[in-house]
Order: sequence, then C-alpha cells, then structure tokens
Amino acid sequence: MDDSLEIKEDAVLQVMNLSVDFDVKGNNVSILSKVNFGLGLGETLGIVGESGCGKSMTALALLRMVPSPPGKISEGEVLLNNVDLMTLSKKEIKNIRGKELSMIFQEPMTSLNPVFTVGNQLVETILEHKDLSRVDALKEAIELLRLVQIPAPEQRIKEYPHQLSGGMRQRIMIAMALVCQPKVLIADEPTTALDVTVQAQIFDLLKEIQAKTKMSIILITHDFGAISEMADRVIVMYAGYKVEEGTLDEIRNSPLHPYTQGLLRSMLVIKPDSSGFKKPLPEIPGSVPDLLNRQPGCPFGPRCSQATIKCRSMPPNFNLGFKRSVKCWLADNGRVE
Amino acid sequence: MSESKKTPTLLKVDKLKVHFELKRESWFSDKPVVHAVDGVSFKINLGQTLGLVGESGCGKTTTGRAILGLVKSTEGTISFEGEKLGLVSPKKMLQLRRRMQIIFQDPYSALNPRQTAGDIVLDPLLVHNIGNSKERQERVDELFSLVGLQKNQQLLYPHQFSGGQRQRICIARALALKPDFIVCDEPVSALDVAIQAQILNLLCKLQEELNLTFLFISHDLAVIQHVCDEIAVMYLGVIVEKASRSELFENPRHPYTRALLSAVLSGSPEIKVDRIRLEGDIPNPINKPTGCRFRTRCSFAKEICGELEPVLEEKSSGHWEACHFQTTNNQ
Amino acid sequence: MTQPNTPNSDQIFSSEEITSEPDVKWQDTFHLFCANRAALLGLTFVCLFILVGIFGPIVIPADPFEMVAMPLMSPNGQTLFGSDYLGRDVFVGIIHGARPTMIIAVTATLVTVLIGITIGAIAGYYGGMVDNVLMRITEFFQVLPPLVFAMVIVAVFSSHIVVVILAIAITTWPTEARLTRAEFLKIKENEYVTASRAIGDRNFRIITKIILPNAMPPLMIAITLRVGITVIYEAALSFLGLTDPDVITWGKMIGQSRDFFFEAWWTVTFPGVAILLVVLCIALIGDGLNDAFNPKLRGR
Ligand SMILES: Nc1ncnc2c1ncn2[C@@H]1O[C@H](COP(=O)(O)OP(=O)(O)OP(=O)(O)O)[C@@H](O)[C@H]1O
Ligand SMILES: Nc1ncnc2c1ncn2[C@@H]1O[C@H](COP(=O)(O)OP(=O)(O)O)[C@@H](O)[C@H]1O
Ligand code: SF4
Ligand code: SF4
Ligand SMILES: [Mg+2]
Ligand SMILES: [Mg+2]
Repeated sequence: MDDSLEIKEDAVLQVMNLSVDFDVKGNNVSILSKVNFGLGLGETLGIVGESGCGKSMTALALLRMVPSPPGKISEGEVLLNNVDLMTLSKKEIKNIRGKELSMIFQEPMTSLNPVFTVGNQLVETILEHKDLSRVDALKEAIELLRLVQIPAPEQRIKEYPHQLSGGMRQRIMIAMALVCQPKVLIADEPTTALDVTVQAQIFDLLKEIQAKTKMSIILITHDFGAISEMADRVIVMYAGYKVEEGTLDEIRNSPLHPYTQGLLRSMLVIKPDSSGFKKPLPEIPGSVPDLLNRQPGCPFGPRCSQATIKCRSMPPNFNLGFKRSVKCWLADNGRVE
Repeated sequence: MSESKKTPTLLKVDKLKVHFELKRESWFSDKPVVHAVDGVSFKINLGQTLGLVGESGCGKTTTGRAILGLVKSTEGTISFEGEKLGLVSPKKMLQLRRRMQIIFQDPYSALNPRQTAGDIVLDPLLVHNIGNSKERQERVDELFSLVGLQKNQQLLYPHQFSGGQRQRICIARALALKPDFIVCDEPVSALDVAIQAQILNLLCKLQEELNLTFLFISHDLAVIQHVCDEIAVMYLGVIVEKASRSELFENPRHPYTRALLSAVLSGSPEIKVDRIRLEGDIPNPINKPTGCRFRTRCSFAKEICGELEPVLEEKSSGHWEACHFQTTNNQ
Repeated sequence: MTQPNTPNSDQIFSSEEITSEPDVKWQDTFHLFCANRAALLGLTFVCLFILVGIFGPIVIPADPFEMVAMPLMSPNGQTLFGSDYLGRDVFVGIIHGARPTMIIAVTATLVTVLIGITIGAIAGYYGGMVDNVLMRITEFFQVLPPLVFAMVIVAVFSSHIVVVILAIAITTWPTEARLTRAEFLKIKENEYVTASRAIGDRNFRIITKIILPNAMPPLMIAITLRVGITVIYEAALSFLGLTDPDVITWGKMIGQSRDFFFEAWWTVTFPGVAILLVVLCIALIGDGLNDAFNPKLRGR
C-alpha cells in the first residue's frame, strides 16, 4: 500500500466508505454505497453521473444534511483537516457549515428568501459568522458583491431576489458561500439553470476566486462540458456507487469503465468541420436501475455491452494507481482498493 | 447541400410578431408590453430541419407556439404549403392544424398524470374521431413500437416512466395524427446525456422514415449542429444570423453567434472562433435597447448601433446577418 | 475477436429483468380505498344510514308525527330514545328523518357543486374578461351571509323542500367556484394542457377530461365536506322553523326541541349524534377517495 503515503498532507477533505440509506415504505434502500475520495488543497473535484445517481446526496451527506428521517448516514467517515465530521455534535457541525464547508445549490431562486433584500440576507449571513457591527457588515457585503463581479453593488444590494436575473442570483449565492472564506466549496449544479453565456461567466468567476484563495471545490454536474472546463480530478457515479476515479485527462482520454466510455461517446460536442450530421449517436441502452429494486451483481450490468458471467457478482473497486480506480471486472489486476 | 434545396417549401413565416400585454403597474401607467417575438421570417423546406438557437427568453418557444396557433400572433403571416393560416376556412384550418404538431421541453409536465400512457397516445385519435376503436388501438400499438416502447407499458401512468421514456410518449402522441411538420421545443434539454443520444437518434430515424419537417428549438449548439440543415440564431425576439449548418459553424459572422460558440464548454480547442466573453445578461424584452438589440453586450458597438437597428441581410450566398459592420476577418 | 461466444448482457442479466407491473386502474383504486381503514369505516356507516333511510320506514312503519307517549319521557323500553315535548317517539323520528335529511344533503350538494365547478372552471380556463365578470358575481354572492340569505329566500318563496335545497345551493356555491378557479388557473399552465390544444382538442373536452380530473383531489375533499355542511345548514334552517312542515328531518327535530335540552337531553342529543356521525363518516370517505384516486400513491 505505497499509495497510503501519498494521501498527502495537503488533503483538505478525506471521505471514506460514505454510505447513505433511505427508508422507503419500510424498505431499506441504499442510496450511496461506500463512496471514497480525497480532495487536495486548491483542487477542483468533479462529480458526474446521470440524474438520481446520488451526486446531491453525497454533498448533503458531507454536510450531514441528509433529510432524516427517512434518510440516514449508515456508515463512513468524513475527515476535514483530520477531524471526523460524523462524530461532531449538532452544534459543532453547524459551526463548520458555511464556515469551512460551504454549499451553493442548483436553483438559486429557491435558496434566496424572496421577502428580504439581497443586502439584508448577505448582512445576516455575515453577522451570523462574524463579530462585526452592522455598518461594517454592510461594507463587507458590498466588497463581496464586488468580488463576485456584480456591477454597481451599492445599488444592487437594495434589491430583492426577483429583481435580479438568474446569473446575478447565482453570483449572490456564491458571495454568501464565500463569507467565511471556506476551505471547501461544494457547488451542486451551479449553472444548470443558466444560459451558456452566463454559465461561462460563473465558471470564470469561480476559477478566479479559487486562484486568489486556494479554496478547494467539489463541482457536481451531469454536464461533461462543465467538468472539462473546471475539474482537475473526476469521479463518475452510477446508482450510488463511485464507478471510476481519475484525473480529467485519464477520464477523458482513457476511460476504463464501460459506463464512463458510454457517457463520453454519447456526449455531443461541436465539431469544427461539422461532420457527423444526423449520424446515429452511440447510445447507452436502457435507463438507470430502480434503486428500490436492486438486482445482484454489477449495477451497470443490464446496460453493459461488455458484461461477462463474472459480472453477476459485484465488482470491487480496483486500484490502478494514485487516486485512480475502477469498479469493473474488466480492470481486474488484483489490486483492490 | 445543393440537392437538399430542391424540395418545396413547406412552412413560411413572414414578419411574425408576438407581443404580450402585461398588467399595468398603476392606474396611470401604460400597459407594459413584452416584445417576445419582434419580426421573425424564415422558410423551411419539406423534410428539412431548421434550428432555432438562442438564450432563454429570446422568444424561441413563443415562435414555435405562434406557428401552431397556441399563442396569438400580433402581426405577420404563416403559410403552410402556400396557404396562409388564418385566411383559410375553419374546416381547412382544422385539417392543416392536424398536420402540425409539437414536442415539449419538459417531459414531466407535458403528460397528464391522470391518464395512462396508452390513453395519452389515443387522445388525438379520439379527438379527431379517427377509425373505430379497434383501428385506434392498432394505431396506438403501432406508435408504441415506433418510438421503442413496450405494448404492455400502455397501462402505466406517466410517473412510472423515466424521463427518456416520457419523451418517447410525447413523441408518440405528436405522431398519432401523422403530421408533416413538428415543432421540437428543446426535446432533449431536460434529459441526461445518455438518454439525450437515444432521443436524438429516434427523432432522426423518424424524420427519415416519415419524411418529417422539423423546427428544432434548442439552446445547445452541439445538439443543433447534429440535427439541423439550416440554423437561425435568435436574440431578444429577432433573428440575428441565419445560415446553413456548415456555414454557420465554420464561418460564424454575428458577434452574438461567436460569443455563443465560445461560451460552449465542450473543451474542443480546435474550434476557430476568437474567444468572446459576454458581459452581463440578456436585457429585459420589455425595455429592449434602441438600435441594435445586442449593443449593450457587444464589444464592437459603435455610435450608429445605438441609432439604427440593423436589418437581416444576405452578406454572402445563403448567409444572413443583422449587423452594421463586418466584424469577422473571414473573407 | 475470437472470444468464444461471449454472452451479451441480456442473456447474463435476463433472469432478473426489471419489469414494472402495469396498474390495473379500477382494481387498484378499489384496493387502495379498502386498505384505508378509516375510509372503510366511514363507508360502512354511511351505507348503514342509507339502508336505514330506505328500509327504516318500512320496517318501522309508525308515524313519526304521532304522539305515542307522555311528553319528554326519558329513554325506556317503549320509546327507545325517549319522547319529545309533544310525546312523539325520538327513535321513530330519527329513522324516518334519515331519508329526507340525506336527500336534501345530497341534492343540495350536487346543485352547489354543479354551479360552483361550472362557474369556477369557465372563469379559470378562459381567464381575462370572462374571469373578471364571473368573479365579480361570485364575490357578490360571497359577501352575503349565506344563512341570512337562505332564510330570506325560504321566507319569501315557500318552505317547500325544493326551495330549501335551491336556497342552500344558491347561497353556498362561491366556495366551490373559487376553489375550482384556483385549481384551473394552476393546472392550465401545465404543458399537457397546451399539448391537448395542439392536438386540436375542443375547450369543453379539455375542461372536463383533462383539467377537471386533475383538479379533483382538493374538490373531492371540498365536496364531501360540503355534504356535511349542507346537513348542518338544513338543520340551521329547520332550527329556525324554515322547513317543509310535511317532512321530518334531524335538524328539525333539534330545532323543535331546543328549549327542552336541559330537561330532556335525549330530544336533542340523539338527532345531533346522528348528524355528527354522518358528517364525520362522509369526511373519512372523501379523504380515502382522494388517496385512492391519486395514481402516484398506487403501484409500489
Ligand atoms: N427523500 C427521499 N426519499 C427517498 N429517496 C430519495 C429521497 N431523496 C432522494 N432520494 C433518492 O436518492 C437518489 C439520489 O438522489 P440525488 O438527489 O443525490 O441524485 P442526483 O445525482 O443529485 O440527481 P440530479 O442530477 O437529478 O440532481 C435518487 O435515486 C433519489 O430518488
Ligand atoms: N404568456 C406570456 N405572457 C407574458 N410574457 C410572456 C408569455 N410567454 C412568454 N413571455 C415572454 O416572452 C419572452 C420569450 O419567451 P419564450 O418564447 O418562452 O423564450 P425561449 O423559449 O426562447 O426561452 C420572455 O421574455 C417571456 O417572459
Ligand atoms: S463489471 Fe461487468 S457488467 Fe459491470 S461494467 Fe464491468 S464489464 Fe460491465
Ligand atoms: S450592429 Fe453594432 S451592436 Fe449590433 S452586433 Fe453589430 S456591431 Fe454589435
Ligand atoms: Mg442533484
Ligand atoms: Mg423555451
């Protein structure tokens, strides 16, 4: 296990065997199964996968915000600077949320309170975490809006969420998440509700802030384009499992898991020579499995074109090097994570 | 490309305008008017696909719905097979309407949760009183297999299907009346990539088999590039650029088109557009800017852009653009 | 590529192929309803009352207006629920009062709901001017205190049972109308309604076959509650003496005996309990129906 030495000192966040179960009408449904990953200082980790594969649940579990009941974190450790978040008291974890571990959500409108001005909400957030006077907090709020490149922040701060565009609201959410200069920012589909041009602006902004503050980012998305733009390392999830992990180049250029390969092949990109017009795209047949009704064996099996008899039993995570692993029998080299 | 030009024109939209009046804010103010579509013209030839691309709120959906008469158009004409809709007799109108259908963006809200999949597909046949009940059932079976669904799934309710399967039901419903023309309003935007490919393949296959004509609305340039013969780029209610597929992607002209292309996060560095990052957001269609609508975000804007609205004109063969300047160095 | 006949994924995983069971519509609704104990209990009781309404007067043919005992006798062997101030048998009154009470409640509810849903649906679906006009009318009816208005109608016309039913309906429909309109406004924004317009569906069919079924859950509860409320309205009118002199209803029994409550509790309590039971049981049924008709709760 030479790799264990390489779990570097700069690992800000270390997630081990994180599992989440839900109680659905008396049945125990496994939503996340033993997810492992680490996050380095200033690193951006992308998490991709189809809808319902457990991306958002991973984020919620990190913050201990899994709706409970019906859900519960059944197993696992989350080490933030070597402190296990799972063992903290409710009060301690509240202190960590927003301060060291911040999150921005998919739909910026629902996360802002429509009856208060953005300034009001921002100031409240600042006062909650910092010992400042209202006047100083307001000054800081304006500074934050400037940081997220909102023009004329002195004006904007007096406006209500519905008066702002989607892109503007997402900037406000980012500003709120940045109040305490968190070590880790979890962004759950931060741009899915936005237009491409605005999406590009938000990613530029995140990269700029990251360069300034050395913040680590977990970017959750179903869009490989966004991953290519932002991520250093990528985790591919399927049906609650981490099925592949690697650097962006490894995942993009030499994916090993049939699911990753399928995803990449079926993804459309703009072709400079406009080739491939109306050509049938390679598709992954079928759809994601019903988690209530899990079948034994590899979860991707029923959709996999390379399945063998061996796949009737669950493949382990095969370790292929530093932070590179695949959960598929095809990669069987004996080194299990 | 040249052979595709031979097919006759199926749909012609001429100077279409759709304005929505909103509630006035106070007793004395004027009613605010949303200029959702503000003078749009295009033609689609039989069996071809016209792509309509642009940011959200620029009027794509409204254009599609106005063509089908689902929203009232304020001005302009729509002709189908040379017949002006609105001028024909109501009976003829009903016949023409049957031949134009729509597929929606959100497969979740587009299906009635209290009807089974079978009933949803059966509905158009019932409404138009087609055949007897046995023939109708046969047609539903046929449609289900056409879009790749199982016959025994007819008894299931929409919530028992996945997003991709729901979109297949929507497609089956749209095909029930054997239309010639279908407005596809962001048919894959709400779907995952893997499922997106399935639905795009299905649409292409159906177009080929049934000789359908599409108006394909999307904000995703990669999807547009994959399926459209011709592409129109919309901004704030007007078309700012229109060209054939290869022409638009190889020689994009309008600053907005190029900004859209450079914003696409495909990570394909080979594409040769000078990277333009747009500032700010799309303006409110209630107070559109004077002159060129794009000038508030355009890095090439000069004084004249604020005074005069550029018209869509043919800058090179088959390539239309609405801009006062030549802002590319191509040609 | 000489892998000896690799089985494909279908063959490997076929034995555990995932097939979702199709819903059989009515059967499922029925099972779901039956699984709801409370609703079943409500249904049982209501059926019991209906049976009493139909067969009671045949089994116990005694005349409820006949004075059979001493006035204000407490429950005993001869008069099971005691007698009222004129010596009439309370038990016989309840048995004979069941039918008119239920007929009034059900017909008045039907008329109320019919007016309410029609006006609400038209206002909500068409919107604009139509909506404006209809809503002004609705508001006009709503600001009138319903009981007083109903009293005036009954007093002015006659206290015939049909007038009573119409009076209750005319004064209470705005609640249903507003509820229906709100549901229609919400539901018509769904794309499946646009889809129906795109296939050329007529407005009438869209209103009745597409939107109305989706508006049903909240309406269903309102309708069942309305049955209960009508029973109470009728009781209130009877209480004030504004009813058909030829029919006996539970409300009328309470109304006529109100002054004797402290001396003879049975004269008021037994009809009161009958009303309460019916109202409660109908509400339970409404709740059960709502769950059973919701396809999202089925299957799984
Ligand atoms: N309250 C709940 N009860 C039962 N199951 C739930 C609940 N919340 C989430 N789930 C299930 O957990 C699984 C993972 O959900 P999650 O929200 O993490 O998906 P996701 O990958 O973020 O998807 P998306 O791309 O749609 O956001 C899904 O199968 C979902 O159905
Ligand atoms: N019924 C309506 N009433 C008022 N404004 C509307 C209505 N429908 C659409 N709009 C407005 O018209 C503009 C164009 O909308 P739409 O065609 O849906 O855009 P797109 O499909 O390109 O996202 C938007 O500003 C939208 O808010
Ligand atoms: S383990 Fe087998 S079924 Fe699963 S992805 Fe690998 S090859 Fe396919
Ligand atoms: S007309 Fe002016 S503002 Fe408009 S696109 Fe051209 S250069 Fe830009
Ligand atoms: Mg999510
Ligand atoms: Mg749209």
